[in-house]
Amino acid sequence: MTEPTGLKSWITTVDHKRIGKLYFWTAFCFFLVGGIEALLIRSQLAQPNGHIVDARTYNELFTMHGTTMIFLALMPLSVAFFNFIVPLQIGARDVAFPRLNAFSYWVFLLGGIFMNVSWFVGPLFHAGRLSVAPNGGWFGYANLTERQYSIGPNIDFWLLGLQILGVSSLAGGFNFVITILNLRAPGMKMMRLPVFTWMTLVTSFLLITAFPVITVALAFLMFDRFFGTNFYQLSAGGDPVLWQHLFWIFGHPEVYILILPAMGVVSEVLPTFSRKPLFGYTVVVYSGILIAFMGWGVWSHHMFSVGLGPIADAVFSSTTMLIAIPTGVKIFNWIATLWGGQIRFDTPLLFAVGFIAMFIIGGLSGVTHASPPADLQQTDTYYVVAHIHYVLFGGTVLGLFAGMYYWWPKMTGRLLSETLGKIHFWGMLIGMNIAFFPMHFIGLLGMPRRVYTYSPELGVSTMNLVSTIGAFLIAVSMLVFIWNVIRTRIKGKIAGDNPWQGATLEWATSSPPAVYNFAQIPTVHSRLPLWNEPESVAQRAPSGHIHVPDGSWWPLVSAAGLPLLATSLISGQLWLAFVAAAVLLVGIFKWGFEPFEV
Amino acid sequence: MHLAVVDCEPTACYLLGAFSRPTRTIASVHRHYRLIQRCIPGLLLLAVVALGACAGPFPQTTLHPKSDLGFAIDHLFTGIFGWAVGVFVVVEGLLVYALFRFRAKPGAAAPHPTHGHTALEIAWTLAPVLILVMVAVPTIRTIFATQAPAPAGSLKIEVIGHQWWWEYRYPDQGVVTANELHLPVGRTIALDLTSNDVIHSFWIPAIAAKRDVVPGHVNHIVFKADTVGEYMGQCAEFCGDSHANMRLRAFVETDSAFNAWVANQKQPPVEPQPNTLQATGKNAFAHGACIACHTIQGVSAGMIGPNLTHLASRTTIAGATYPDDSLDLALWVNHAPQRKPGSVMMDMNLQPANLQAIVAYLMSLK
Repeated sequence: MTEPTGLKSWITTVDHKRIGKLYFWTAFCFFLVGGIEALLIRSQLAQPNGHIVDARTYNELFTMHGTTMIFLALMPLSVAFFNFIVPLQIGARDVAFPRLNAFSYWVFLLGGIFMNVSWFVGPLFHAGRLSVAPNGGWFGYANLTERQYSIGPNIDFWLLGLQILGVSSLAGGFNFVITILNLRAPGMKMMRLPVFTWMTLVTSFLLITAFPVITVALAFLMFDRFFGTNFYQLSAGGDPVLWQHLFWIFGHPEVYILILPAMGVVSEVLPTFSRKPLFGYTVVVYSGILIAFMGWGVWSHHMFSVGLGPIADAVFSSTTMLIAIPTGVKIFNWIATLWGGQIRFDTPLLFAVGFIAMFIIGGLSGVTHASPPADLQQTDTYYVVAHIHYVLFGGTVLGLFAGMYYWWPKMTGRLLSETLGKIHFWGMLIGMNIAFFPMHFIGLLGMPRRVYTYSPELGVSTMNLVSTIGAFLIAVSMLVFIWNVIRTRIKGKIAGDNPWQGATLEWATSSPPAVYNFAQIPTVHSRLPLWNEPESVAQRAPSGHIHVPDGSWWPLVSAAGLPLLATSLISGQLWLAFVAAAVLLVGIFKWGFEPFEV
Repeated sequence: MHLAVVDCEPTACYLLGAFSRPTRTIASVHRHYRLIQRCIPGLLLLAVVALGACAGPFPQTTLHPKSDLGFAIDHLFTGIFGWAVGVFVVVEGLLVYALFRFRAKPGAAAPHPTHGHTALEIAWTLAPVLILVMVAVPTIRTIFATQAPAPAGSLKIEVIGHQWWWEYRYPDQGVVTANELHLPVGRTIALDLTSNDVIHSFWIPAIAAKRDVVPGHVNHIVFKADTVGEYMGQCAEFCGDSHANMRLRAFVETDSAFNAWVANQKQPPVEPQPNTLQATGKNAFAHGACIACHTIQGVSAGMIGPNLTHLASRTTIAGATYPDDSLDLALWVNHAPQRKPGSVMMDMNLQPANLQAIVAYLMSLK
């Protein structure tokens, strides 16, 4: 039962572990792209009246930085762990729909490429410049994004790209809900699930409920732009504020889609490295569920300056403050997990603790703009930029790096270097604080966000320079990480099955796991099987033939139909739409009738 | 401002030095603690320096309100910020304490496998509830107080957002101007905000806070500026290419100064003396492309760009981005798209003589 190798085996793979790795490396590359965009943004703002890039390019850069980091880096990095880790944690051999899983990946890759191609295809649209990258902000507020105010294909690349990525997210969301509900090993009751798997389940529900909302919003915008409808057009009775409601009804659950997986990672790492079970497991799980539910009732806190009236402001302010409660409860339970433990300061723990420390700051600044009057000064300023980076960088990114260091030995069989890991951690933690902490002041002192230039009169030039230095320190720390990865691949320490003495089922498999994960599906009797019952989940030799699904080309073929369809719309070539539809339908048909076993 | 930059350079150096030196030598847990200890003074210094040494005049700060509205918001924010700092100190303190106190000791027994504690869970659910009540009550009170309708007798001003400049109409005074708002001190101002194109956001931190300017909607800001002075503001909602260049100024004046300003704005435009450069300029303006977009009362009736009837009474041009002087005005007229990317106004490409005359005319429109 050896694993096939070679390019074809990767392109046709339906193995959740390989798809997890594909997700990881693709998302990591997009993370670097988004990071380079951030460095260009910070270079431009290092001085007042900067001239590194022009206004148009700057607007493209911040739009693509946000869009890339959210949709092409952080979400798929979480999904990489969903893929690799969740089936192992629940004692399954794969996800429920392996080929749908491959389809999700290919749609994500092609959607990401489709959107980023816009950097280089200006001449094809006679744009007079190389780039026609999206330039309406990651939030794409109508009516600025209507054809009347954004003539070129820039916004089309954005909205069609997001529509493609939405398909990937929906397919992935359904897959993981069904996997977690149906493929658990015997004895793996819901309240025995590892918290990371729980947060995957909650996030997947958010994906399948939130993405339809942005799909609708984008479909309206697409119809407005291509077919002359008037959903957001004032002239025919439409209203641009409709976009904001739809976008943020999606957008706020999206924030939890970004943070809950990282919270799941932290809830795995802390117990392992303090050698104690997670404090208040039930409360942590229910808090996650509660956050996800309450996340649906707070969207208008992104719109306190829109003028919805005092009653709406008061209601959304209250619901937003309520959400701080389950979030705070999680933080207290994490600290209580460390309390009384035997804490080992390995790199995964450092990143997990960094997550908590930074997320507290982001959470507290969040409470200050949960108050609508205070938010009237803060919204759309660098204060909010500071807030989201403490939440999404200090929170999600540090949490995901905790996951990388924690599960790297499981995914590759080798341990990342601890020394380099610690240099990476401190560089990143200090870098992010130098980059993002001054932004609180920059915003309160009057600098709005999304400005390509600012006047030296504002008095925030030095603080902006400091922030830029911090951004480059983060970049240096990323180089350390990349070096660590390369070095580990060549001469990293062999990890063994359970290098951190983890308690959850993924550590019962070999490192890296065999293609079938578990020779025999274990029976679970507790929440922490490797601590409480190592014998009952220990791996034995396989008994007879283990069925593993074969590779398939059809997920890739079907996925290729979607960017082709988008290209037909953006280029106005009707014939291409028929080709794209044919590719999509043939792919799905062949996929549907592919034999189960060859 | 350059002085402030020089003042702060040692901070940047200190940061680089203090933060990057120890990172190279990390090897053990104990050294981590030393690093943390070394960083704390650095971070504190950063905060102090950011607030103190660099404290130039921050003309767009939210932290020094000069109106009843600004003060109400600042008061609320200060209270919430106090709670946030308290929670920060307690929670981060607990975290750091736990990390120091419970670090693994060689040969120690396995820790007690605590699974939870119901009383604790209830306690740390209720604690944030109580704090949030302390935040929510003044918040909701302030929401209703700051969004109350304007009292009768307020000075009404219509603010209209354009890509990328502001139009102001004083309906009761019959004044139309752009980018620079003149307000009497101590009188309630009622701004009615709307947009001519996309969504903008009107923000004068010190006196008017912020409110979106949405096409098809009329939003309101009601406030009373309490200190005479010049205040800066700018558009806060991304509105396209030159969002960064959609700035504004507000001049809060004594009643008499404000009335004098109104009286001047109501005057017809200054009529140039015959056979002067200004007269040539007026003629060129009146027969040039300018009239398609700009109004000068009695000369032209364009509605696309700002009203220029009293252009020279303003201190800035082009969305309050450049000073209102002959050089900048000339550069603007002949190079608008470079000076403000995406500008509707094209490069007018005027011959030097023509340009000089038009600029001279415009600069005479006090």
